[in-house]
Amino acid sequence: MLIFIGLGLWDIKDISLRGLEVAKRAEKVYVEFYTSLFFSSVDEISKILGKEVEVLKRSDLEENCRVILEEAKNKDVAILVPGDPMVATTHTALRVEAKKIGVESKIIHSSSIISAICGITGLQSYKFGKSATVSWTKSRAPVDVIFANRSINAHTLLLLDLHPAMKISDAIEKLQEVDENLSKMYAVGVARVGYDNLVLCNKMEELKKYDFGSPPHCLVVLSPKLHVVECEYLRIFANAPDEIERFV
Amino acid sequence: MATRFKKMVDKLKEFMYQPERIRNMGIVAHIDHGKTTLSDNLLAGAGIISEELAGQQLYLDYDEMEKARGITIYAANVSMIHEYKGQEYLINLIDTPGHVDFGGEVTRAMRAVDGVILVVDAVEGVMPQTETVLRQALKENVKPVLFINKIDRLINELELTPQQMQERLTKVIMDVNKLIKAMKPEKFNEWHVDVAKGSVAFGSALYKWAISVPSQKETGIGFKEIYEYLKQEKEKELAKKTPLHRVVLDMVVRHLPNPIQAQKERIKVIWRGDLESKIGKAMIACDPKGPIALMITKIVVDPLAGEVAVGRLYSGTLRPGQELYIVDRKAKNRVQTVGVFIGPHRLEVDEIPAGNVAAVVGLRDVISGSSCSDVEDFTPFESIRHYSEPVVTMAIETKNPKDLPKLVEVLKKLAKEDPTMQVVLNEETGEHLISGMGELHLEVKVERVKRDYKLEVITSPPIVVFRETVTKTSPVVEGKSPNKHNRFYIVVEPLPFEVIRLFKEGEIDLKKMDKSFVRRKLVEAGLTGDEAGGAVEYCEGNLFCDVTKGIQYLNEAMELILEGFREAVRTGPLAKEPCMGVKVKLVDCKLHEDGVHRGPAQVIPAVRSAIHAAILQANPTLLEPYQKIYLMVPQDYMGSATREIQGRRGQILEVNVEGDMVTIHAKAPVKETFGFAGAIRSATSGRAIWSTEFVGFEEVPQSLVEEFVMEVRKRKGLKLEIPRPEDLLI
Ligand SMILES: Nc1nc2c(ncn2[C@@H]2O[C@H](COP(=O)(O)OP(=O)(O)O)[C@@H](O)[C@H]2O)c(=O)[nH]1
Repeated sequence: MLIFIGLGLWDIKDISLRGLEVAKRAEKVYVEFYTSLFFSSVDEISKILGKEVEVLKRSDLEENCRVILEEAKNKDVAILVPGDPMVATTHTALRVEAKKIGVESKIIHSSSIISAICGITGLQSYKFGKSATVSWTKSRAPVDVIFANRSINAHTLLLLDLHPAMKISDAIEKLQEVDENLSKMYAVGVARVGYDNLVLCNKMEELKKYDFGSPPHCLVVLSPKLHVVECEYLRIFANAPDEIERFV
Repeated sequence: MATRFKKMVDKLKEFMYQPERIRNMGIVAHIDHGKTTLSDNLLAGAGIISEELAGQQLYLDYDEMEKARGITIYAANVSMIHEYKGQEYLINLIDTPGHVDFGGEVTRAMRAVDGVILVVDAVEGVMPQTETVLRQALKENVKPVLFINKIDRLINELELTPQQMQERLTKVIMDVNKLIKAMKPEKFNEWHVDVAKGSVAFGSALYKWAISVPSQKETGIGFKEIYEYLKQEKEKELAKKTPLHRVVLDMVVRHLPNPIQAQKERIKVIWRGDLESKIGKAMIACDPKGPIALMITKIVVDPLAGEVAVGRLYSGTLRPGQELYIVDRKAKNRVQTVGVFIGPHRLEVDEIPAGNVAAVVGLRDVISGSSCSDVEDFTPFESIRHYSEPVVTMAIETKNPKDLPKLVEVLKKLAKEDPTMQVVLNEETGEHLISGMGELHLEVKVERVKRDYKLEVITSPPIVVFRETVTKTSPVVEGKSPNKHNRFYIVVEPLPFEVIRLFKEGEIDLKKMDKSFVRRKLVEAGLTGDEAGGAVEYCEGNLFCDVTKGIQYLNEAMELILEGFREAVRTGPLAKEPCMGVKVKLVDCKLHEDGVHRGPAQVIPAVRSAIHAAILQANPTLLEPYQKIYLMVPQDYMGSATREIQGRRGQILEVNVEGDMVTIHAKAPVKETFGFAGAIRSATSGRAIWSTEFVGFEEVPQSLVEEFVMEVRKRKGLKLEIPRPEDLLI
């Protein structure tokens, strides 16, 4: 059996009690760190689980995934994944491959930026559209997504490239390269969710000037209209300027 | 001598500003027909080297190694002065290598000149390389005149009667005109060579005399007189009365165009930019006040100044301190000095105006073929067409491992000088490969490494480079990215030869030319409308066509897809040899919505392995390079000569008997011709005259494919089995 276990947002303390128990019982435990920044080392994780944990590279889970799938045929193999295992990763393909060769699998969920973002910004989950990643290579895709979401009055969650970790100012720069007009849109910059949580709402050109500190960062581009409570929340918890009252 | 040199220099500076009085020309010939001897004697006449020496000292061959081989290898550039009808002219002679193994350099030199003297040995007549070099000239819109050399041998050695001599010379002239007619029908009237008009001269480059119809009118010396002088062994006197350089350079001044006349016609052939633009007009007018347009034809290494870029200046005036864009390399360099070549001496001057050949120091980023301008968005000169492509490779390493970094540096430098040489440096395996156009081409490079750079190196025997190709259409193959979220559906099939020719000869260019024009040309060449419309990338004899419709974000992934294509065709699946003649079609594709999940690590391997798996299912086979062999032997040796050729998988194409000599036309795979020189020498007691020429790739006989594939795989340290498609796909 192949078991995907979510590690949650920040460090090993964010794993669920169920996740912890299953990991302790598994015959083999792997962890991957390439899909998110995570703030516990493999040694800390081993100590907490009381057993050896092996780090997987991207290629171990992609082109060479056969090795692990074979192992899971007659052993309980746990793979620890930062966040919620299937969110913002491509591990669904692995589950499909597993099933194709007769290996059962299951998921033990945990918190993810996708849900945490609602709490930290006060923006309602119903009002999010597609999300996108801003990467170091120039791409129109995130900009297209922002415009498409705004056309249906939806917020856009932008995740930022990890290789190397991108900051909010870099991301805004990248977006501006594609479309200058984005500078005037309002957005919420969020840093280090699950740890010290810095949240700030303003025009993108203003956010670009602000130093959010060390990554991980992410960004929510607001929809043209805000719900009254969203607005109040941003004013109180994200230091939003007076102008955003206009969007209610 | 010193004062004479100085006088020359002063004149030279003066003439540079009078384009009507400049001729930029080259001399081309089949090997050993006398090009070097002729060049030397022309220079002697123009007062650059002493006349007595010129007969013996092969001046242009100033590279020692060349002297040993007796062939000119590095194009030198020389300016000289000639007086015609009371008026002096500046003649820039660009020496072009005469061996087809150096075809790349010949073509490049052709860019810088407006006319050529075609030298043909009267004894041998028009030979295969005569045709090749003439064809290259005509293709570049370069006008020829004809010099028939070694007339002395017809009289002294072959003892031909005047009647026989005339027949022989008429045949040479007809052969040349036949080629001009075939290649340039529209110019035939103007360009065909004509004894009566004086665009043909006859003579002896060695004994330094020549005649033509116009010269006969002045000197009274014609063929009849020549017979008499030779009979009396008065060649020296003959050379005084009707000197080679005067007759030949008169012909050059009279018949070859000056830069103003030439550029009016040539710019449209060698440049694809807007002829109505400011710089276009300036080039057509050869305007020294226009923007700078400089085409680099050669890089030479000067012991003092380092790399010197030599090129033809089509418009503007070059001066030290100017900032030039190297447009094809997206770089900007500052000109340090400008100059001209007089023999091996580079003479620095204050400025060089349009129409001249310039030697420029400071252009660090240029390679042979670069375009330089002070206009940033200058359209580069059409990339120079190479009529030959690398077919032979050898491995090279240093005796002392400590020298390795130096070797790497030297090889990079050599490749920069001569783009027809390729260097693959594999830092991991330590294997360094140099590829070129023939055994000789590479030997010359290796000797330079040894001699000029004092490196002790060991080389492997030469190896041919095969091409991998397909002979039928593959099924649709699905390539998955490692994360499986991106899928590419690929079909490969044979690419019509005509399509490859269009790209290779520069008739179409996907980036620069109008889409509908390219599409029409490709359909005429045998592609379907969808393929032609979807053609996005040509890579070394292979084409990628995107025939999908309306796939979101495909444009963002396309550059990576094309990188996968290039990787796939540069090292094919059979034996990691380059592919040729493969048409790759992307018929469908599924992409992950988010850019980070379809990055390089995902897309490139997916496309590459899908193409390889498709090739393996399309009846793949190998192509190998072939050479035409042209061989002349006394009849007695015909049997041993043909056996030597047939023993090398060669085919005899034609045998002609002329007196007691036999000429044999044959072709054979390059792979089998290594060491042919020695073998044929001993088989014919050194009596054979022969030459070879690369004629393209042909399929390896089916019975040998497997053997050759394994031979290559073994050499490269690959598993000794051809991969199966399913091993490549994940
Ligand atoms: N008898 C005779 N020999 C010549 C003449 N011109 C050149 N040669 C000889 O032919 C050989 C090849 O000449 P070369 O100039 O090196 O030819 P290239 O390979 O075309 O440069 C040399 O041995 C020359 O001495 C000529 O007019 N008469």
